[in-house]
Amino acid sequence: MENTGFSLLTLVLFLPLVGFTILLFIREQQESAIKWTAFGTSLVTFVASLLLWIGFNNQEAGLQFVQRGEWLPSYGISYYVGIDGLSLLMVILTTFIMPIAILSSFNSHIFHERGRVKLYYLFMLLLEWAMIGVFVAQDLVIFYIFWEVTLVPMYFLIGIWGAERRIYAAIKFFLYTMAGSILMLLAILYVGIQAGTFAVPEIIAGIQNGTISFAFDGLFSTQSFLFLGFFIAFAIKVPIWPLHSWLPDAHVQAPTAGSVILAGVLLKMGTYGLVRFCLPLYPEASVAWAPVIAVLAVIGIIYGAWVSYAQTDVKKLVAYSSVSHLGFVVLGIFALNAQGIEGGILQMVNHGISTGGLFLLVGMLYERRHTKDIAAYGGIWKALPLFGAISLVVTLSSMGLPGLNGFIGEFTILLGAFGSDVLGFFYAMFATIGVILAAVYMLYMFQKVYLGELDKEENKNLPPLMWNEIAVLIPILIAIFLIGLQPAPFFNTMNASVGELVAHVGQFVTTVAQAVP
Amino acid sequence: MESYAQLVPLIILFPAVGAFINFFWGARMGEKAAATIGTFASSLSFVIALLLYAYLGGTGYQAAVVNPPLLDGWLRIPVANLEIPWQMRVDTLSVTMMLFVTGVGSLIHMYAIGYMHGDERFSRFFAYLNMFLAFMLILVTGNNLLMMFVGWEGVGLCSFLLIGFWWDKKKGVGWRNSNAARKAFIVNRIGDFGVLMAIFLTFWTFGTLDFYKPGELAVTGGHGDAHAEEGAVVEGEHSEAAPAETAAVEEAHAEGETAEFTDNSHIALDQLGIFGQVERLMEENPDHPVDFGPFTLALKDVLVLITLFMLLGVTGKSAQIPLFIWLPDAMAGPTPVSALIHAATMVTAGVYMMVRSNVFFHEAEFTSLVVALVGTATALIAGFIALGQWDIKRVLAYSTVSQLGFMVAAVGVGAYGAALFHVVTHAFFKALLFLGSGSVIHGVEHGHHHAHEHGHGGHGHDDHGHKEEFDPQDMRNMGGLRSRMPLTYITYVIGTLALAGIFPFAGFWSKDEILADAWLAGALDNNLGGFIAIGGLLVAAGFTAFYMWRQVVMVFHGAPRTAAAEHASESSPLMVIPLLILAFFSIFIGFINTPGNVLGLDGIFGAHRFTDWLGQTVANAHAAEFQPLIAVGALALAIAAIILAGRIYGHSKAVTADRRDPLQLRAETAPFWSLANARLYWDETYYRLFERPFNVLATFLADKLDWAFWHDYFHDGVIGKGFNGIAALLSKPVDMGIIDGAVNGLGALVRWISGGMRQVQTGYVRTYAITFLLGVVLVIIVLLLPLINTNG
Repeated sequence: MENTGFSLLTLVLFLPLVGFTILLFIREQQESAIKWTAFGTSLVTFVASLLLWIGFNNQEAGLQFVQRGEWLPSYGISYYVGIDGLSLLMVILTTFIMPIAILSSFNSHIFHERGRVKLYYLFMLLLEWAMIGVFVAQDLVIFYIFWEVTLVPMYFLIGIWGAERRIYAAIKFFLYTMAGSILMLLAILYVGIQAGTFAVPEIIAGIQNGTISFAFDGLFSTQSFLFLGFFIAFAIKVPIWPLHSWLPDAHVQAPTAGSVILAGVLLKMGTYGLVRFCLPLYPEASVAWAPVIAVLAVIGIIYGAWVSYAQTDVKKLVAYSSVSHLGFVVLGIFALNAQGIEGGILQMVNHGISTGGLFLLVGMLYERRHTKDIAAYGGIWKALPLFGAISLVVTLSSMGLPGLNGFIGEFTILLGAFGSDVLGFFYAMFATIGVILAAVYMLYMFQKVYLGELDKEENKNLPPLMWNEIAVLIPILIAIFLIGLQPAPFFNTMNASVGELVAHVGQFVTTVAQAVP
Repeated sequence: MESYAQLVPLIILFPAVGAFINFFWGARMGEKAAATIGTFASSLSFVIALLLYAYLGGTGYQAAVVNPPLLDGWLRIPVANLEIPWQMRVDTLSVTMMLFVTGVGSLIHMYAIGYMHGDERFSRFFAYLNMFLAFMLILVTGNNLLMMFVGWEGVGLCSFLLIGFWWDKKKGVGWRNSNAARKAFIVNRIGDFGVLMAIFLTFWTFGTLDFYKPGELAVTGGHGDAHAEEGAVVEGEHSEAAPAETAAVEEAHAEGETAEFTDNSHIALDQLGIFGQVERLMEENPDHPVDFGPFTLALKDVLVLITLFMLLGVTGKSAQIPLFIWLPDAMAGPTPVSALIHAATMVTAGVYMMVRSNVFFHEAEFTSLVVALVGTATALIAGFIALGQWDIKRVLAYSTVSQLGFMVAAVGVGAYGAALFHVVTHAFFKALLFLGSGSVIHGVEHGHHHAHEHGHGGHGHDDHGHKEEFDPQDMRNMGGLRSRMPLTYITYVIGTLALAGIFPFAGFWSKDEILADAWLAGALDNNLGGFIAIGGLLVAAGFTAFYMWRQVVMVFHGAPRTAAAEHASESSPLMVIPLLILAFFSIFIGFINTPGNVLGLDGIFGAHRFTDWLGQTVANAHAAEFQPLIAVGALALAIAAIILAGRIYGHSKAVTADRRDPLQLRAETAPFWSLANARLYWDETYYRLFERPFNVLATFLADKLDWAFWHDYFHDGVIGKGFNGIAALLSKPVDMGIIDGAVNGLGALVRWISGGMRQVQTGYVRTYAITFLLGVVLVIIVLLLPLINTNG
C-alpha cells in the first residue's frame, strides 16, 4: 500500500505549487499570461484529480494513492498523504471550485481599483495547494501545517482585494481561526506524544486493537478534552452556531472569488475535520457529545435561516444561509450512521456548488451595480434573462428542490438523523423545519432581486454576461443536475470508507450509554 | 400489449422535451411553433396514456413496474440499505390520473394558444406548462414515495413560476403576483414538511419507500379485504373485471411467472412494498413494536403518525384548512394556469396521495376521523366564503377549495373510489368553468378596450392594473353576456350544473357517491366522521349551487352593467372548442361510475365500472350502493338553492345601483355576507398570528441578537478589545529573544506582503496582535518539541 515512488496524489497536491513557481517568473505587466497560467494550472490540477477518481477503488475502505516519506522520524512525523472515501470528493470539490474561482476573477473590477494581479493569482494557487494538503494529509502535524497555511492567502485575499471593511474582516477571520487552532495544536501534540506517532491511520489502528487509548469516562475526561480541542477548531471553521460571528464579515468583505472559495472549500475543512479526525480518533467522546453538538447544529439550521431572512444585504443573506446549510452537514455527521455521514459528505459538495454558485451570481450583480443592497434590485430577470434563469436554478438547488443536488444531501442527512441511535425523531423534525425556512429566505431573495417590476433606471441597461461568467456557471449547473439525478456514483466512492467508520464508531454506542447516563 | 407498459417513460419525456425546446429556442421560433410544440408534446402524452389504458385492459389489469432506461437507479447507498430507484408504476390508479391530466392538459394547452396570444413570454408559458405536465406525471407514475415527492415539489415549483408569470407588471401588480407565487410555494413547503416526515417514518418502519415491489399484488383477495388466504379467488360480482391479479413486468422479462399467484404470501416480508408490509404486519399483530430510538411505537400508532403527517402535506397541496390560504391568491396566474394547475390537476395531488396510501389510511382510524373533519370543514368554510366574493375567478377558487374538501372528506369516510371519482369529474367541469371565466374576462377586456377605443391588443387579461378604473374580473362589471357570448354561456351553465350536482350531469354522480358513502359510513359502521361529513357536505352542496347560480346570473343574465360588458364579444375558436369538449365531458363523464340501481342506467353504462377499475389497484375502493333518499334530498337542495339565487340576484335592480350585494342590504343576512366577503378574516388572522411575529423575530434575531449583541458588543467589544489590551500588556515584559526573532521575522514577512495595506490607521496594533499570536504558537511548538523527545 505504501508507495515511495511516483504518486498521482502528490502530483495533484504539488501541481498548484508548480504553477505558483512559474507565476513567480512572469512579469507583473503580462496580465493575460498570469491569468492564463493560473487558470491553466488549476484546470490541469482538476483533470489530474479526476484521474484520481478514475483510479480510485470504491471497494477499498482504507487509504489509496498513499505516499509516505520520512521527515522527522524521531518525533514520529512524516510526509504522509493518501485519500479514501472520506476525502476523495473533498479533493475533487477543491480542484473543481478553484478553476471556477480563478476564471470568475478574470475581468473583475477589483484589479482596476487595487491592481496587484500577480500577487492575487499567486495567493490563489498557494491557497489551492494548502487546501488540497488539508484533505490529503494523513499525519497530524502535516495536516496542521496545511490547515494554518490556508489562512495566510485567504487573509490577504480578503485584506487586499476585499470591500470597505476588508482589514477588519481579514484580521477577524485570521484571529478567530487561529484561536481555535491553538487548542487543536495542543490536542495534536498530546495525541502524538501519547501514541508515539502522528500518523492518523496508525493511531486509529492502535485504538482498534487496544494498544492506544484515550481515557474516557464521561463528558469531561481526557478523551473528551482532546475531542473538544479538535472540535472547537473545526466548529469555528464550519462555523457551528454560535461561533459564526466571523463568517458574515469575511463573506461580505471578501472579493467574489474569495467568497466562493470560502463557502466552497474552506468551510468544508471544518466539517471534513470532524469526519476525518474527531469521529475515528475519539469515538467515545463523539458518541457522548453527539446530542449536544446536534442540538447546536439544529439551532444553527433554524437560526441561520431565520437571521438570513432579515438581511438587507444579498451577500450577507447568502453568508447566513451557510450557517443553516452547514448545520445540516454537522447534524448528518453526528447522526453517526451511514445515511447521515454520507449525506453530510455529499452535502459538503452540494453546499460548495450551490452556495459557491450563489456567491458567483451575487458577484456578477455586484460587478454591474456596485451594491449588495437587496432594495437596489428588482426585476433583474427582465434585465438579464439568461442570468435570471440560471439564478433560479441555483436558488432552487440551494433550497433543496427534489431532482437537484441539495435535496439529495438534505434528505439523506435528515433520514440519517431520524434513524440515528444517538439522535432521533425530534432532531430530525426540528431540522426539517429548516427545509421550510430555506424556501422562506431563498424565495424572498429571489423575488426581491429578480422578480417584480424593473423600475429602477440604473438596472435597465445592465451589460449581459461575459464569456467567462457564462463559462463558470455552466459547470455549476451541470453539477447541480448531475448530483440531483444520479447521486449514486458520488455515494459509491464513500460506501466502503464510511461503512468502516460507522462500524468503528458504532461499537462504542452502548459502552458510552453506560458511561454517560 | 405487454410492451405498451414500457412506453410509460415517454409520457414524461415528451413534455420534458417540449419544455426544454420551448425554454431555449421558443422565443426565437415564434408563437406558432412554440404553441405547436407545447400542445403536441402534451397530446403525445395523452396518446401514451391511452396506450397504457389499452395495455391495462388487454392484460387483465396487470400492473407493470418499469425502470426507465438510462437513469440507472437514483438514491442508492448500499451500506445504509438505502435503495430508491427511478421507477414507474402503471396501474389503474396511475393511468386514471395520467388520462385526465394529459387529456384536460392538452385541451388547456390548446386554449392557451388563444388566451396567451401576444404575450411577450408566450413560449416561456408553454415551456412552464409542459414542465408542469412532466412533474405531474412523475408524481402519479412514481412507484415510491420519494419519486412522488419529486413530482410533488416539482409541480409546486411550476405553480410558483406560473402564478408569478406576470411578475413584471407595472404599478405594483408584478409585486402582488410574485407575492402570491411566493406565498404558494412557502405554504406548500409547510405541507411538504409533513410529507418529508411521513417519508422518514415510513422508511424507518418498513426499510423501503416502494409502494409495491415488482411481482407483488396490490390487491389480494377482494375489495376492502386484505386477507392473504391461500387460494383466495376474486369475488364474482366484478362481472367484467379480469382476475384481480396485478403482476409486474420488470423490464423485459418476468411476464409468465407471476400470473399464478393470487396473494403475496409467497413473498418474504422485506421483499414487500410498504403497503404489502402493512397488510401483513397488521394482520399478524397491530401492536408490532417499531423502534425509533428515543421511543418505541406500536405499528398501528406509527400508521396514525404517518398518515397525520401526510395529511399536513395534503392540506398544503390540496388547499385544505389550515393551509388553504394560498390557493385563492394563486388566481394571480393566467387563467389557463388556474384551470390546469389550481383546479383540475395539481391540487388533486393530495387526494391522489391519500388514495394511493389507502392501505395506511384504512388502518389509521383516528387519522380518518381527522381527515373527514378537515375535509368537511374546508368544504363548508370555503363554500361559505365563496358566497360573498365579487371576483369571478375568486369565486371559482374558493369553490375549488370547497370541492377539494369534498374529496378529502370522502377519503376520511373511507370512500377512496368516490374521492377519485370526484377528482376526475371535477377536473372536467372545474377546468371548463375556469376556462369559461377566462373567456368571459377576455371578452369583457375586449369590450372595455373597444368601448374606450384604444385597443392595445388582447393581452394582460388577469391584469389588475386597471383596478382603480376598471376590473375585468369583477362580476359587478358584467351582466347580460348571455347574448354576446352564447357558446361561453351554454358551456358555463353546463359546468355550473355539473358542479352544483344536478342530475344527470357529472357532478351529480360523484358528489352523490361521496354523500352516500358518508351516510353509509355513519349509519352502517357507526363512524362519527361519516355523520359529520354527511351533514356538513350537504350544507356545502347547498352553498355550491347558490354561489354558482349567483355567478351565472350576475355574469350572463340581465342587462349589461358596464360599457365593457355591452361591447364584449365571443372568444376565438381556439378558446371555444376546448370549452365545448370539456362541456361534453362535464355532462357525460359521470356515467363511467353509475351506481347499480338507478333508472336502469347500469344497463347502458354498467354499474360501478370506475370503482371496479380502480379496485384493481386501490385495495379499499369499495363501491357504495345508491341511496335514493340522499340523492333526491341533495338534488332538491341544490335546485332550491339555484331557485333562491335566481330570485335574489335575478332581480333587475340587484347589484346595479350601489354595487352592493342584495344580501348585504338585508339586516338579517348582512353580517354573514360581510364575513364571507372578508373571507372570515382568515388571512388577516394568519398575518397577525404567524407572519408578523415571524418577521419581527427575524429582525430582532438578525439586528439585535446576532449583530448588535453577538457581533458588535460581544466580539468586537469584549473579546476584541480585551485581546488587544492583553496583547499590549504582555508584549512589553515578555522578551525571550526567541520570540523577538520570530516576531521580527514574521513581522517583516507580513510587511513585505501587505504593502498594499498601509492605509489603515489601526493596522499597527492589529498586525502586532497577529504576530504576537503567531509568536505564541511558535513558542508552544518550540517548548513542546523537546518534551516529545524525552518521552519518545
